[in-house]
Amino acid sequence: MSTDTLPGTSRSRPRPTLRESLRRVASAAVTPLEVDDVLDVFHPLRSGAALRGRIVDVQPETDESATIVIKPGRDWAGHVPGQYVRIGVDVDGTRLWRTYSLTHGPRADGCISLTVKAIPGGVVSQHLVHRTRPGQMLQLEQAEGAFVLPQPVPDKLLLVTAGSGITPVIGMLRNLFSRATPAATDIVLVHVNASEAAAIFRDELRALGADGRITLIERYDDQHGLLDVAHPESGLAALVPDLDQRLTYACGPAGLLDALEQHHAERGLQLTTERFRPVVLADLGGLSGGPVSFADGSLVEADGGVPILDAAEAAGVLMPSGCRMGICMGCVLPLMDGAVRDLRNGALTVAVPGETDPAGVPIQTCISAAAGACSINH
Amino acid sequence: MTVINKKPNNPIENLTPEDVEQIGIELDAIRQDVLDSRGEKDAAYIRRVVGVQRKLELGSRAVLLVSILPPAWVLGTAGLSVAKILENMEIGHNVMHGQWDWMRDPKIHSTTWEWDNASTAEAWKHSHNEVHHTYTNIVGKDNDLGYGIMRVDEDQKWHPMYLAQPLWNFLNACFFEYGIAAYDLELGKNLRIPKEKRSEVFKRNTKSTLAKIRKQASKDYVVNPLLALPTGSLLPTLAANVTANLVRNLWTHSVIMCGHFPEGVETFERKSIDPNETRGDWYVRQMLGSANISGSKGMHLMTGNLSHQIEHHLFPDLPSSRYAEVAPRVKAIFARYDLNYHEASLPAQVYSAWHKVVRLSLPNGFLATTTVKNAPEQAKLLWAMSTKGSKVRRAAQARLQQQARKLEVAKAA
Repeated sequence: MSTDTLPGTSRSRPRPTLRESLRRVASAAVTPLEVDDVLDVFHPLRSGAALRGRIVDVQPETDESATIVIKPGRDWAGHVPGQYVRIGVDVDGTRLWRTYSLTHGPRADGCISLTVKAIPGGVVSQHLVHRTRPGQMLQLEQAEGAFVLPQPVPDKLLLVTAGSGITPVIGMLRNLFSRATPAATDIVLVHVNASEAAAIFRDELRALGADGRITLIERYDDQHGLLDVAHPESGLAALVPDLDQRLTYACGPAGLLDALEQHHAERGLQLTTERFRPVVLADLGGLSGGPVSFADGSLVEADGGVPILDAAEAAGVLMPSGCRMGICMGCVLPLMDGAVRDLRNGALTVAVPGETDPAGVPIQTCISAAAGACSINH
Repeated sequence: MTVINKKPNNPIENLTPEDVEQIGIELDAIRQDVLDSRGEKDAAYIRRVVGVQRKLELGSRAVLLVSILPPAWVLGTAGLSVAKILENMEIGHNVMHGQWDWMRDPKIHSTTWEWDNASTAEAWKHSHNEVHHTYTNIVGKDNDLGYGIMRVDEDQKWHPMYLAQPLWNFLNACFFEYGIAAYDLELGKNLRIPKEKRSEVFKRNTKSTLAKIRKQASKDYVVNPLLALPTGSLLPTLAANVTANLVRNLWTHSVIMCGHFPEGVETFERKSIDPNETRGDWYVRQMLGSANISGSKGMHLMTGNLSHQIEHHLFPDLPSSRYAEVAPRVKAIFARYDLNYHEASLPAQVYSAWHKVVRLSLPNGFLATTTVKNAPEQAKLLWAMSTKGSKVRRAAQARLQQQARKLEVAKAA
């Protein structure tokens, strides 16, 4: 237990509560473990534990997408529809972190849900859609994100989504219409997809449309061609004649959002967007080496065939080191951004801020060479 | 035993540099196969072992709360002993090697793990992972080999103080966790340095080790016994903790002695190691400097798979649960290059290691030339060698070696 008290002020500290005292005894009885390590064995979702969730259901949406219902730990602080959550998933035993939108409003059963579209070659999304089973555990962080509807909800809304961009929006819609007195907002949803078969929540959205709760405009690339937002005859203004009276929320790939931003700016309209950060896993095969930056500000130009440890030391950076042959783990440092190559087998390790572990991906500097620019927290 | 390059039939003399390189390539291929297939099953394995260990330890400590009842004492003590052994061997040692770092789980990671032992994880990782695994069996560089205080090689000059080394080794076994902490701190070397000249690193490590020992000791010898006080089980619980630590110490000491100490395991001379030692050279040194223990699955688990010491030294960062699987392939490489894959049962290896401790506690050739018949004269000789100064010692030593050589020639004929 560490509390930040200045020397001399400890005497004025209130006496520890019974709970604190018990915890201190328990801690002394299980050292070098912490009490939480022991409690985790029995109740990983309890209050006070690191935030986790247990998968309670996996519902297929299309062939390549599924909704995952998760019971979060007791310390889950709730969310507003439209927000996203970072989850840590063990794929083939290795923990990988990704961000997904929450696709329900707060649910009566206290569970949260996210809908995942399996991206071709996407390690985590493929795993979540095709290989997760109820009972498995996930690591969670608290919900985040400013892509939420204002309160009170405006009278007229335009929602523009493409592909899995529907995921934060479906959360908003479900929340609006699950209330005892459904919202009286006039909503137009322009839902863009490659084809009918690939459209997530197609039937649910059509049902909302049939009930008259939303005006659903479906656009399929294979039927209608790619949506040109600014086109005078087939663009957004043609699809939504009263566009200028609506507050617009949009979520989808960067190309669509860029076009929308330009379009709305020209018309002087307000627009709120949510951008999914792409998982940057470009082919780094051609690159050799790169600049390695350290937390203290030093910058080292590292060759692609030289261990970062050697390159950094040659440049005068004080590095932790050990065996220098990849076995002792004495040199492990967190990679915050960029990619490194294992000199032994060529394997790449990539860190993407906002995607991979916020504390960095630990790498052995003695056998890792820079594969492009990277930044190390040291 | 003597260092490998002074042996008449040096087993690596027949290996060409190309052979050594080829061995390196073949072992790298085995390593890569495990890396490629490492995954969910392995992660599930280590999580299961950690879960079982925690439940066992907690359950045993719960039973010990009523250890005033003899069956509870026996059950709780046995469970706690096993739990401590599992924690140190299959979990702690292997996690700190980084065998499970690929899971990227901060709860099971070499940089965050702290183990149930007197030595701190940090000090252990330096002296064990870095020094021992890099300089395996190099006389004068590998502390594991000599423990700094023993005569481990014929070439080391005999001195009467070595007569006490079997006793010393036994005491070290009983208090092994403190022995480890002491040599992780290089206590012997550092205590000889005047206090004001000792390094900051040493001072800092000593402080953290003492803090850890204090926490460890209060857990086992104060807090848990006090928790058992209401049922009148304070003393039995204290005894149970002492016993469990003793059992763990004796067991880990035996396993570790078996890894590098049995007769026939090679040691290396500092001068003979090429400063530009290739990966193949390093592999060969690991192959010849380690010994395996054969046995059941349960035995492998309780040794933390250090029963696959050879595989562990070749691939210290591969999951321990995979050593059994790669062992036949490793063994085949030994066979192909006519190298000795040193493997025997636990009793045989423990006996062999202890035999060496005893043999080297005596002057070279002494044990070989002693029979039941000449025992009284031999005892007299040893007394003289121990008490009458270095001149007598030298002369007697020369005679002993001559006799031993004659015996050997006679045996060969």
